[in-house]
Amino acid sequence: MSAVLEVSGLEVFYGASQILFGIDLKIEQGQTMALLGRNGAGKSTTMKAIAGVVAPRAGRIAFGGKQMAGMKPYAVARLGLAYVPEDRQVFPEHTVRDNLLIAAKKGPQGQDEWTVSRIWQVLPLLERLRDRPAGRLSGGEQQALVIGRALMGNPTMLLLDEPSEGLAPIVVSSIGDLLRALRAQGATVLIAEQNMHFCLGVASDAVVIDKGKIVYRDNIAGLRENAEVRSQYLAM
Amino acid sequence: MDLDALGRCVSTASCLVTQTTSGLIAGLLLFLVAAGLTLIFGVLKVVNFAHGTFYMLGGYIAFTTLQVTESYTLAVLAGGAAMAVFGIFFERALIARVYGQDVLMQLLVCYAVVLIFDDLVKMVWGADFLAMGMPPAFQVPPLFIAGGIVPPFYAVLIGIALVIAIALAASLSGTRAGKTVLAAAQNPTMVSALGVNTDRLFAVVFAIGAALAGLGGALAAPVRSLTPGMGFSVLIDSFIVTVIGGMGSIAGALLASVGVGLIRGFGTIGFPTFTDGLIYVAMIIVLLLRPTGLFGREVV
Ligand SMILES: Nc1ncnc2c1ncn2[C@@H]1O[C@H](COP(=O)(O)OP(=O)(O)OP(=O)(O)O)[C@@H](O)[C@H]1O
Ligand SMILES: [Mg+2]
Repeated sequence: MSAVLEVSGLEVFYGASQILFGIDLKIEQGQTMALLGRNGAGKSTTMKAIAGVVAPRAGRIAFGGKQMAGMKPYAVARLGLAYVPEDRQVFPEHTVRDNLLIAAKKGPQGQDEWTVSRIWQVLPLLERLRDRPAGRLSGGEQQALVIGRALMGNPTMLLLDEPSEGLAPIVVSSIGDLLRALRAQGATVLIAEQNMHFCLGVASDAVVIDKGKIVYRDNIAGLRENAEVRSQYLAM
Repeated sequence: MDLDALGRCVSTASCLVTQTTSGLIAGLLLFLVAAGLTLIFGVLKVVNFAHGTFYMLGGYIAFTTLQVTESYTLAVLAGGAAMAVFGIFFERALIARVYGQDVLMQLLVCYAVVLIFDDLVKMVWGADFLAMGMPPAFQVPPLFIAGGIVPPFYAVLIGIALVIAIALAASLSGTRAGKTVLAAAQNPTMVSALGVNTDRLFAVVFAIGAALAGLGGALAAPVRSLTPGMGFSVLIDSFIVTVIGGMGSIAGALLASVGVGLIRGFGTIGFPTFTDGLIYVAMIIVLLLRPTGLFGREVV
């Protein structure tokens, strides 16, 4: 199988301080990859660099064989990568429905299966809230909304930054259900998380990042068995 | 100060109608220019100090187009369209380089453009006042409303300005493109991450803002004289209106423009030597009561 997303030697700086020290990642079609690591390990920075939100100092990011390091976020999105940021970033004054509509576009090969009505089907709680300003949703509702918003762009791959952060267990489990359903349909996903239990339930593979470097990679069963890695890097 | 005269005017229907109409057209012309300024600031977070230049160029281009084509409709469209095109080049070539930078850098870039185009206008059209005059289509007897004189051109101006105001507000809040613009005003990075070409969006918003100023200049040309440097006082008025209405608010710009126009219309009767002073007083009162302006929000 060929890699959908291939990151190599990725280095990112914020001003003078280096955050990522040569990240290598390879994600194949249909994989749900968990990017696990402690607070401040560099998960969000990795996601932002892939999404084009921060510019890398060095390294390559290839998506579907196309080099995209240094591209603007909209160019990355148009290649089929949808980014859901850690702090969600709903458009607070726009209604739930408008948040979805602003994101509507065809996929890179003209895919158009995701529509507002299909979002209502997979995330029924959103339909009841369709006319409410997104700023007045709960954290879990906002998380569902931004996942729906990402899907509206008919992406070929999703980048989710801490989708379970700060959410009630019941909401986390329903987001887990959605991710499993997407995985069953063959979606390719990269999830940055601190919540390992959540990832054990949804991911097929895992990498662990620590101090800006990848320190471990295996399939999810391997991580489940590896108490040493878990205690050393994930504080579990 | 002549409060008697003001009292007499307000209690006479004909004077009331005349002053209200002239105040309204002054206000609505100002609105067109200020709406462009506030739109550009609200979305791009750039203070366009060259906005008065668009107004001036719109007027001069309309002047020449009217001479050549003898069609005032074409003249107005030419003034607006030329400024839309000019705005795209100006934004891409210059403003795009100072996004997020010190406002002094923005001022410097814009001020250079102001000076260059004031001189270019002198070279092309001369340094003297030019009068476009009333377009032939409007050289007809005035309307009398309750004894007050209303030139038909004024009625048309008010109509056009209101249509533009409504179209602008409706397309911002009622269309997908407009909603995307409003979202980009608050969070351009996220809008970009959803696949919207925000560079192009910003250029288009800038062009619309520039076109509004150009339209304002073209529509004002028959009732005002053209002179190099005429953009400056309009720029100041637009800033006042933007500050009173709230930076970035179209509705605020409309309300404040009409208010400023009416203060001018009636101020010239009651306070002939202090008309501009009244406007500053109004601005100070609004700012004391609402520091972010009538419809402004806290700027983070
Ligand atoms: N804008 C910024 N400017 C400077 N330093 C930053 C910035 N954003 C993040 N950092 C630093 O970069 C490092 C990595 O941050 P990052 O957000 O990538 O971590 P993370 O793994 O996502 O952590 P968390 O689990 O808390 O979300 C941290 O030390 C953080 O303080
Ligand atoms: Mg993070």
